[in-house]
Formats: sequence, structure tokens, C-alpha cells
Amino acid sequence: MSILVDEKSRVMVQGLTGREGSFHARQCREYGTRIVAGVTPGRGGQTHEEVPVFNTVRQAVDSEGADVSLIFVPPAGAADAILEASDAGIGVVVCVTEGIPVADMIRVMPAVARGGTRLIGPNCPGIISPGKCKIGIMPGYIHKQGPVGVVSRSGTLTYEAVAQLTRRGIGQSTCIGIGGDPLIGTNFLDALRLFRDDPDTRAVVMIGEIGGSAEEDAARTIAREMKVPMVAFIAGQTAPPGKRMGHAGAIISGGKGTAGEKMAALKEAGVHVVESPAAIGDQVQKLIG
Amino acid sequence: MKIHEYQAKQILRSFGIAVPRGDVAFSPKEAGAVARRLGGRCIVKAQIHAGGRGKGGGVKIAADVTEAEDLARQMIGMTLITHQTGPQGRKVRRVLIEETLDIAREIYVGVTLDRARGMPVVMACGQGGMEIEEVARRDPKAILIEPIDPLVGLRPYQVRRLAFALGLEGDEVKSATKLILALAKAYEETDASLVEINPLVVTRQGDLVALDAKMSFDDSALFRHPNIRELRDPDEEDPLEVEASANALNYIKLDGNVGCMVNGAGLAMATMDLIKLQGGSPANFLDVGGGATAEQVTAAFKILTADPNVKAVLINIFGGILRVDVLARGVVDAVRQVDVKVPIVARLEGTNVEEGKRVLSDAGLNFQVADGMLDAAKRVVALARES
Repeated sequence: MSILVDEKSRVMVQGLTGREGSFHARQCREYGTRIVAGVTPGRGGQTHEEVPVFNTVRQAVDSEGADVSLIFVPPAGAADAILEASDAGIGVVVCVTEGIPVADMIRVMPAVARGGTRLIGPNCPGIISPGKCKIGIMPGYIHKQGPVGVVSRSGTLTYEAVAQLTRRGIGQSTCIGIGGDPLIGTNFLDALRLFRDDPDTRAVVMIGEIGGSAEEDAARTIAREMKVPMVAFIAGQTAPPGKRMGHAGAIISGGKGTAGEKMAALKEAGVHVVESPAAIGDQVQKLIG
Repeated sequence: MKIHEYQAKQILRSFGIAVPRGDVAFSPKEAGAVARRLGGRCIVKAQIHAGGRGKGGGVKIAADVTEAEDLARQMIGMTLITHQTGPQGRKVRRVLIEETLDIAREIYVGVTLDRARGMPVVMACGQGGMEIEEVARRDPKAILIEPIDPLVGLRPYQVRRLAFALGLEGDEVKSATKLILALAKAYEETDASLVEINPLVVTRQGDLVALDAKMSFDDSALFRHPNIRELRDPDEEDPLEVEASANALNYIKLDGNVGCMVNGAGLAMATMDLIKLQGGSPANFLDVGGGATAEQVTAAFKILTADPNVKAVLINIFGGILRVDVLARGVVDAVRQVDVKVPIVARLEGTNVEEGKRVLSDAGLNFQVADGMLDAAKRVVALARES
């Protein structure tokens, strides 16, 4: 099994006709994802990348039965795009866009929660259920279907971890990039609970980084609720305080959000925390290999 | 993005918050002129983007115009070292000259994002003038918090609750309520990431005045605040970091000797961690982003190697969809163009990786092609140690 998305997911791309949207929609389809519609206001009625384009999300849902949205809309309009998808009843919204103003997300989050939409991101690589569908910008070929759930705040570091697993013959149930922004729709705890309820996920890899307290918050629940073994790596052990390390959310402020605190909290919760990013695959192999 | 104290005070004043009378000065002469307008006696405050200025000698009282000029002369051009500047300190280029006040009490108020709550919060504390992080560590209960609900905004009852808990009385409660609501409005309307008044003073006359102020802004929202973006002071930033951001690169200078060029922030941090675990020390954080172009790679090399401490460079690119052979040609061109003297270890992953490795090996340059992240870190640390 997998979580949130699978071979039946009907995916719409908001911002399909842009450069990023076109390229990645094609890559997703080549992986086997059912890309059923695109939305670009003013381009309704056209066909782009062999996909019908609509002016509004509602039309795409009514006409093509889209139930997942993948968003590539530029930052200034991305919050609006998320709300439009939620308003049209889309169940899973994946927002890749980086650089959405925090104030926009503060207003979007309660509205999305009210609508019952599961938002992944923003500023994330997306979600993939290997062998079934890929909804995002990650390279499909490094993945392999199997029993390990992967949840991460990072993009390329997730690819690194996945590649380590696949190289050892260990496949993944679903890999979710939850995003590097300070406010995100799906946090570690949400993702971990989805993996907890998936009978085919037999281990979970969690990749955190400095900033905020999402790792610590998850740790409090892990000991109680997670029955499968977990491996974690926290990036930024050598990051200086007060500096934003690329991701808007990756900053140690006021002495809070250090890698050390997060690693300690996760260890306390019984998670196998590795110090080296090169040791993720080996650690998983030890536990379930 | 950070701004100076005097700029933050100008913004707060525009939202109706009282600040001391005064003005910024770029020279002793200008400082004297401001002091004269204030009647002679004044405070001279060095303007740098770092806290702890008082302890470092950057805040002094002048008895008259001559002393104000003398103090400005001492401060402008001096390198101010505080616990927030690091050992290299910051050069002072401007000073703020302000009236002195009769202070009865000092309070702390601030607004920032609470990530766990998913909304901003007002923070207040009866102990003003101290570093709030320090108070939070020592006595977390001393910090009062009121969340700002995005649907209804900050409500007057919340602010009254704060004012009474701070022990304010009579008209002070009304003034504080007005001030804190204005502070929350300033936070919201400017897309700030932090607004802080520390201390907010209650004068002997019963007025509430922002004696010090700090504001920083959400970089992602600057596109809709051109007037705030103009307040950016590149003198306060590392020149290499300024150069990097002009090329849409994320660069942060550190004090080690292994230069790193990585795509993706998480992988860049993880690469730094791995270098440290192998006994080395990273010279920088550098994220070239997901879709790095040849121009960006060239710019990245220029910035990396402009740091004289760099003894070896590690390139760690997990391209994924990116074609590694194209990237490898970009790297080779960049190294030729920039004339990189130090050894380079490259670890590339992605589509057409074998072809990419061949391009690097055949370039006849000072390259080592590594097999995986760990191998790359081991090699580059050894090379940095040898040289």
C-alpha cells in the first residue's frame, strides 16, 4: 500500500503551461501518473502537453474528476491557487512553489483545514508512491516500491536518502517532502500518523533540519504511537545560529531549533538517530534488512 | 531582511507609536546639529544590525553638543564587537542621536511568528532591557504570550490582559493597549518577521516610549514592499553573501577551509555536517538551487574561491532529473574560466551520471571524482589538510 496517493489518483496541474509546470507534468506522466487536467486562467479550452487546460480548478474537477492538485504557480499567486483547489474540494494539494510570503500562509492554513484538504508543502518536492504515481519534482528512477516510508523537510537530501535505500534493495511505500518553509500544511506528526496506519509501511525514515520544533513535537508522539522502527537524520548540526540556511524555515533563533535538541528528543522517543547523512541506508538495512 | 534601529523607529512612528525625538547622523557635524536641536544633552547610539551595542561601547550619553560630536567621532568608523557580531565585529557608519528620557520602568513587547501555533504572537515581559532569549531560558513564565488569530486579529481584551499582567495602571493601560495594537498592525502591514521594542519605557510623566526598536522582514514578501526593500544596507552584510544573493545563490560564510557547492539547502547542510564528522571544517554553506544554470555555477565558483581560507572544494550535486553530463560541462567551463587553483572533489548524481563523470575525468583539471557522499567528504577533508 501507500499513503495519500496511488495509481488511481487523478492529478491536475495548476500552472501547467509555465516552464516548470510543463516539464514536470511530462516527467510525472512518463512515470505513470494520471495527469488529467491543467489549470491556467485564460488558457481554458487549449491542450497543453496533451492535457486539457481549464480556466478554473472547479471546471477541471467537474470535467476530468481531478482529485489531487500539483501547484507550480509563482509565489505571489500561489496562496490563491491553494485556496482555489481547496474550495473546489480537492483532497490532496501539493504545492511546490518556493517563496510564498509567510503572511499569506498564515491566512491560508485555517481555510484549508476547514475545507478538509490535505496540503503538502509549500516549498516541497512533492509526494511519490513508487511504482504507482509521482506527484512532484523528484527523480522517479531513484525510487523502488517497498516497505519504507520516507518523510522529509528537504528535497535533494531526501533523494540522497532514497537512493541509499534503493541501492541496498530496500524499496519505499511513499516518500513525502513536507517542505522547508516555516508554515507547512502537513507536518512530521501528520505524515507519521499516516504511515502508522498503513499496514505495508514497515519502517520510517524521517529527515529533519534545524529551525522550529516540528521534530520535537513529533517525538513526543512517536514513543506512544509508532510501532515500526524509525531512523532519523537532522541536517544542520554545524549550522551557525541566526542564519537562514537556504530554506526559509531553517534557522536557529534565540538558541532554539538546534539539531542537537532535535536529535536528543528523537533518541529519547526510541528513534535510531544517525549523525551521518551517509549512514541512513545502512541503519535502515540493519533494522529491517 | 534586517534594518537599522532608526529606520525601525521611523516605521513605528508612522503607526502612531511614540519614539524619542532625534535623528540619524552620518558625521560628527551632523551629530552635533541634531544634538543642538535636542538642547545639547542626548544619547549617541551606534547603528549596526546587531544587538548588545551598549556593552560593546556603542551607546553613550553626551552632556552637550561638543560631547555629542566627540562621541560620534569616536563611534563612526570604529569596529563594534558585541556578542551578536562575532569576533570580527561590525564597522559603525552611522549613529542615532536622541533625547534622554526620565525612565520609571522598562518593559519588553514584541511580535513574531509562532511556528507551532501557525500564527503570530505578541510577547510581553515585565523585565525590559534584558535579552528576551535569556529571560526565556531562565524564567519562561515571565514571558506573556497572546496569539493573533488570523481570522479576527489581535483583540483589545487580549492586550488589556497583557497590560494588567504587566502591572500597568490607570492611563498607562490605555496607552499600552493602543501601542500594542499599533505594533501588531505594523507587523502585519509591513510583512515583518519580527517587531520588537526592548525596552518600552514608562517615563516619570507616564508616557510609553519605544526606547529601542528592532524590525526584520519576510524576504519572500519584499516584492510587495518596495519602500522597505530600499532600507537594505549592504554594508551590514558579508560582501560575498551580497554577491551570492545577486546571483540567486544562497551563500553563508563560515570559518573552515573546505568550500562546498551543493544543490538544495538540506543536502548542503548535510554535506557540511559530513565534512565535520570526517574531521574537516566547512568554509561555507552554498546552495545553488534546484535548477542551477552554468552562469550560476560559475558565479558560485567565483564566490567560493574568493574566500582565501578555502583549501579544497567539494561539489555535491544530486541532480536527479538534471542531466549530469550537461552539469559536468558547466562545472568544467566554470573552473577554466575562474582559474580555480585549489583541488576539487566532485560527487555528481542524476541522469547520465557515467557520461558526466567521464567529462570531469577527461577535463585535465585538478578534479577528483568521488563515489558517493561519504567518499567525497573523506577525500576533500584529506586534501584540505595536506595543503
